[in-house]
Amino acid sequence: MSAIDVTALSKRFSASEAPVVQNLTFTLEEGQCLCLLGPSGCGKTTLLRLLMGLEKVSEGDITLSPGLIEHMSYVFQEPRLVPWRSCLENVLLPLELTRSNSAGQRDRATALLQQLGLGERLGHFPSELSGGMQMRVALARALVTEPRIILLDEPFAALDERSRFRMQDLLLSFKAELGLQYVFVTHSIAEAVYLGDRILMMDAQGGQRDWRAIDFPARGQALKMTAEFNGIVESYSRLFTDMEIALVENGGRV
Amino acid sequence: MLGALRDWIAEKFPAWIFLGGLLSVWQLVVAQEWVAAYLLPSPTQIFTTTFTLWPEIWAATLSTAYSICWGLGFSILIGVSLALLFFAIPLVRRAVLPFCIFFQTVPIIAIAPLLVIWFGFGDPTVRASAFIVSLFPILANTLTGLQETDPQLRELYRLYRPSPWQLIVKLQLPSALPYMLTGIRISAGLAVIGAIVGEFIAGGGIGSLIDAARTQQRVDLVFSGVLMSSVLALSLVFAIELLSRLLLQGRPYLRKV
Repeated sequence: MSAIDVTALSKRFSASEAPVVQNLTFTLEEGQCLCLLGPSGCGKTTLLRLLMGLEKVSEGDITLSPGLIEHMSYVFQEPRLVPWRSCLENVLLPLELTRSNSAGQRDRATALLQQLGLGERLGHFPSELSGGMQMRVALARALVTEPRIILLDEPFAALDERSRFRMQDLLLSFKAELGLQYVFVTHSIAEAVYLGDRILMMDAQGGQRDWRAIDFPARGQALKMTAEFNGIVESYSRLFTDMEIALVENGGRV
Repeated sequence: MLGALRDWIAEKFPAWIFLGGLLSVWQLVVAQEWVAAYLLPSPTQIFTTTFTLWPEIWAATLSTAYSICWGLGFSILIGVSLALLFFAIPLVRRAVLPFCIFFQTVPIIAIAPLLVIWFGFGDPTVRASAFIVSLFPILANTLTGLQETDPQLRELYRLYRPSPWQLIVKLQLPSALPYMLTGIRISAGLAVIGAIVGEFIAGGGIGSLIDAARTQQRVDLVFSGVLMSSVLALSLVFAIELLSRLLLQGRPYLRKV
């Protein structure tokens, strides 16, 4: 059973311009976590927005497993918190808007924030939090609706390395504990290898280049020190460089 | 605490010194008869007049205050409603807003006689006058606030498929709140002008007190009226400041995250 089926998907924003996503086909199996990797401007964000329904499909199809759309969450590249709402109120926003604001779910919001290390900050406004904390609030907001799949658009790109590692491990723990599935956009090869069961590499022409399954028995920051991990990262780096060279030979169109 | 007091004194002291100096020179100029007292009464004369005629002046001030609150209150009600309507239905905005702007450019003193014809002498005309001049800033500011809603936040809300009502209450109105309050501040000053202009023509309140004093060559009483109208405007500004604090509750409405 596949969770997401993408067939010959293309997206162009205007008829005169080259498509941002071109003829993309892939299947995401139930339970699998996917990382979208590629250079800037290759259409990773657009693909994610198409999956969420934030953009209209130009050609091709996206098929979600029945009922999945109701259980999808999205984390933007920036925290995108509502400035006049406190930490807790930001996390409660999805529940208020979907009118599922029961006492149990309020408790869940509080528990999530505590789990993310923000238990002392429930009443703080976003402007009083650091970037890393804001991102954690955004993650809590995406998780509070108990999604089956969560789409994340370079969510940790603006964080310092230590916070980024913590957030990566948090995401992995949600995957392990809740069976959460995610599609994760990143331009960091190491991050993609660390977080993805599979990696979809996209090139700047809007096509896909490689599609490889990664199966590490266990994940933890120590994994990043192993030869196996670094070997994979290196092979991807080489592939990435080849793509860049091919791009230059094609006239450097991005 | 002591530092805060020192800062406050450093901030406010120059203005008080200047006021004291100004009043002293004014008093001196009149006492020395460099300017005739029937043209420019001395500050002490103005205060004495205000004190002796206090019951009349106070009644006039109350009457004007009532008209201002009435006009401004209606402006807030109608202005915010119209802004929401214009925002929700762009076709209506395109059709009606140009005429609102045109209406705004017509001086109130030119419309006031018409108001007397329609509403007669007395309070209704005064209230209508206060309402007309104070409507536009609230309308325009609220509309701007609604239109300036952060598109990124709108996209965020869209993820959860809100009803139009939820969007208005939970996103657009809070976004517009600081703009709306700015509009109300501007309108408050205008409502005072509108009410007094209305009273010049339609009678009642401080406006007709000033007008009557003028015809009787009572310049000291004119000054009393002027004094009370500015006291009224200042009280209004103060009240709106309180209202803002109450509504904003220390929440950072305008800050982007």
